[in-house]
Amino acid sequence: MKPAPFTYHRPQNINEALKLVAELDNYKIIAGGQSLMPMMNFRFLMPDHIIDLNQVTELSSISKEGSFLFLGSMTRQHTIHTSAIVQESAPIITEAYSLVSHRQIRNRGTYGGSLCHLDPSSEQPCFTAALDGVIEVASKDGRREVPIAQWTAMYMTPDLAPNEIMLGAKLNIWPVTHGWSFMEYSRRHGDYAVVGVAVLVNLNKDMHIEKISLTLCGIDAAPVRLNIAETSLINHPADEEAIQTATAEIENLSNIMEDALNTADYRRHLAKTLMRRAMTVAFDRAKQRIS
Amino acid sequence: MDQRIIHISVNGKSYEREVETRRTLADFLRIDLKLTGTHLGCEHGVCGACTVLLNGHTARACLTLAVQADDCEVTTIEGLAHPDGTLSELQLAFRECHGLQCGFCTPGMLTTLTEFLNENLSPTDAEIRDAISGNLCRCTGYQAIVDATLLAARKLREKRV
Repeated sequence: MKPAPFTYHRPQNINEALKLVAELDNYKIIAGGQSLMPMMNFRFLMPDHIIDLNQVTELSSISKEGSFLFLGSMTRQHTIHTSAIVQESAPIITEAYSLVSHRQIRNRGTYGGSLCHLDPSSEQPCFTAALDGVIEVASKDGRREVPIAQWTAMYMTPDLAPNEIMLGAKLNIWPVTHGWSFMEYSRRHGDYAVVGVAVLVNLNKDMHIEKISLTLCGIDAAPVRLNIAETSLINHPADEEAIQTATAEIENLSNIMEDALNTADYRRHLAKTLMRRAMTVAFDRAKQRIS
Repeated sequence: MDQRIIHISVNGKSYEREVETRRTLADFLRIDLKLTGTHLGCEHGVCGACTVLLNGHTARACLTLAVQADDCEVTTIEGLAHPDGTLSELQLAFRECHGLQCGFCTPGMLTTLTEFLNENLSPTDAEIRDAISGNLCRCTGYQAIVDATLLAARKLREKRV
């Protein structure tokens, strides 16, 4: 249970880090290390080089820029969970982090580490998708932006070239009147979700849906947005029929992932139940805030 | 072999050591510094026994490289008692309430709850259980640990006034 030998690199700034990823082969970046270190201890992974970003303080930030919230990739999960700016501008993130692992892990684990590890059951890509996140990526040659819908190249693999590093993500801030809910089912508190749901809704003065975001994790390699329901529910009352529109779309989802413990049917059942509960809470919160 | 010299303060004492970069902080503490109070259960971040305070915040010593603790302050179970050897309020409460049986999880429980009580001196039962959700105990059923934490919190509140 010890990592295989590697050469350790500790860049002090982004440019040094970008130079390293451009030059080295078979490297792994260590952010919080809370997923990478277990895999190295088990020797599932034996990289020749470890690039430690923990000294690159420029990558750790939380800021509000107009209608966007920016989370730097090396920002600790604990820092985001307890941030007043995050709580005020995107309370769904605070709610989601209360379900992310345990305090010791959140103290070290980072937002960007989770987005690059890209576990299909992780809460963090899920709320990023719910908030239409745009991921900022850099290489020696420049920067580019990747919308979250294109971020998952395949199972647990982000759209990140070997010479690139994730800088952070820009998330949409919803109107102050919006309602939200993040819920999940896991077998033990702090585990990855079997299925998780993120719901955001904003109502107009007639109490009809002005904008809605319905996202699932634990269903496919990438977070799943219920695009059909989201479009058809515009101007619809926030009621039981709206919930049924969403659960009907879940009923028709194909290719839900399966493993030894959780069948596709079970995940579908969980998704419908959690979506119903989360939409109920989000609707109530939105109604209270608009009136 | 890839090696580095690190400077690290453990329980208030400064060390300069050459370490192999693949050495975990847990192995560094146990093997290089002979501080075997930090226990290793699973070595992949699940059991919580190896939890230490890294610059005041809990971290899994098995998921941290020793080289990453360069220029950091580490507190282990050996550093929780007062310098004169008297136990901390939390340690006294664990003894009082029988908050341990075999003692394997205890170093991680105490470091975790030390951080927790630094943040919250009026915890509820549920908050304590949430705080130790990342620490596995196979003996106590957790009840005595929760009782001990409530007692320590009360004693610390009384001391404050």
